[in-house]
Amino acid sequence: MPDQDDRHTDTGKQTGTQTGTEDIVTTDKTEGAVPAIEFRDVVKRFGDNVVLDGLNFSVAQGDRVTLIGPSGSGKTTILRLLMTLEESNGGLILIDGVPYTHEYRGEKWVEIPEKRRRVVRNRVGMVFQQFNLFPNMTVLENIIEAPVHVLKKSKAEAITRAEELLEQVGMSEKRDFKTNQLSGGQQQRVAIARALAMDPEILLLDEVTSALDPEIVADVLGVLREIAETTDITMLLVTHEMQFAREVSNRVLMFDHGQIVEEADPETMFTNPTHERTKEFLKAVLAH
Amino acid sequence: MNDSIWDWDTAWDVLPDLLEGLKITVIATVVGMVIAAILGLIIALVRRSGSRFITVPVRFVVDFIRMTPLLVQLVFAALLLVPALPPLAVGCGVLGIHYATYMSEVYRAGIDAVPKGQWEAATALNLPRGRTWVAVVLPQAIRNTLPGLGNYAISMFKETPFLFAIFVVEMFAAAQRYGANSFSYIEPLTMVGLLFLAVSYPTSLLVRRMEKRLA
Repeated sequence: MPDQDDRHTDTGKQTGTQTGTEDIVTTDKTEGAVPAIEFRDVVKRFGDNVVLDGLNFSVAQGDRVTLIGPSGSGKTTILRLLMTLEESNGGLILIDGVPYTHEYRGEKWVEIPEKRRRVVRNRVGMVFQQFNLFPNMTVLENIIEAPVHVLKKSKAEAITRAEELLEQVGMSEKRDFKTNQLSGGQQQRVAIARALAMDPEILLLDEVTSALDPEIVADVLGVLREIAETTDITMLLVTHEMQFAREVSNRVLMFDHGQIVEEADPETMFTNPTHERTKEFLKAVLAH
Repeated sequence: MNDSIWDWDTAWDVLPDLLEGLKITVIATVVGMVIAAILGLIIALVRRSGSRFITVPVRFVVDFIRMTPLLVQLVFAALLLVPALPPLAVGCGVLGIHYATYMSEVYRAGIDAVPKGQWEAATALNLPRGRTWVAVVLPQAIRNTLPGLGNYAISMFKETPFLFAIFVVEMFAAAQRYGANSFSYIEPLTMVGLLFLAVSYPTSLLVRRMEKRLA
């Protein structure tokens, strides 16, 4: 990967010369706070297709950030990079200021071994568009699997927590059902409970309502709204539900061709966007 | 001797021998299938995750076994490779290894059929690699392979007469032996056919039902 070597090497803890990073970090948090998520010059290519070309942005602790933009603009890729479902081709991704997938050692950009990645990955959870529940397990088993085998909780403790979460997402009575006996909306609520069971500091929501029937979308959004109100989990969401984005998030980033073209609080973004590209996009989306 | 084509006395007379042979046939199939199921999975896993230094030789051996006849392998093993072992043990082993090479393909397909999202969910939950295989991927993959396993079991069951060549007295050999002693082949051989049918047909129905249910 030839372009990695000429990436910046001045990537200590200080943001230094990175443009835009500083003012984003300090938008609404105190000076010097370590951002929950930080992208530094992140590059991602799929073959010849450059999806992210030196992306910089950061998300403060407890922020709820919505990524909007046309499909192919790199939003989902950002979530997948954070979950290590994709490997970046350059730059750094930091969680709580700690390099997560790669680091610079001397002049060289090296991959961080799986063992160290696992430590950081524990802080990040993800809910997928297609739910991705494990069909060979019951609802409860889906939720306690990782707490028992990753967090090393006792089974009893994991079950107690799982039952709380099932209550919270309104799925208590389906506790012992197989996942294929559930509707899409129910599966997604279980998937949310499963992600929360790991007590993530950061929750990634990747178009979580896109595969659902319209009448069910509200249920799932209701669950997420409650989580947003009752926890201080940092959330990064990709969604086409603009109303939801407006209610839940405190920052909206508009993406196009792997670049942030506009960034604002939801109110400004949705009522008074400045960038031409954002106006077009919002007009197209809200026309539905 | 009598002059009718079918003699019921002969049929009754040979039946105990054939049932004894059927027992051997079933044992060979069951043991062979257990070996094939386990070894096939191991081959599939090794071929998937090993380095080239492992996958290339394994692939060569697998191809070699698949491209040579079972009968030749049986005789070769019984006479030259492990002549000290009892013929039935050799037979089970060879059947098992032979079919393991086919089962490995079934497993491979079964593993590939597990959606990518399952792996991704496991990563998102930070499940260790081993746990992902044991708790998430293999249960689903093996479910996918059950019909294939059933079909190969039937196929193996029907190939057990080859054990005749290494002096295992399964059903076919029992019939041959009876025929050689009494000069009546019609009843024993017909009944061998019927007994094979009596076992494999219901099994095949079961497999078909399984296929439908898992589809």
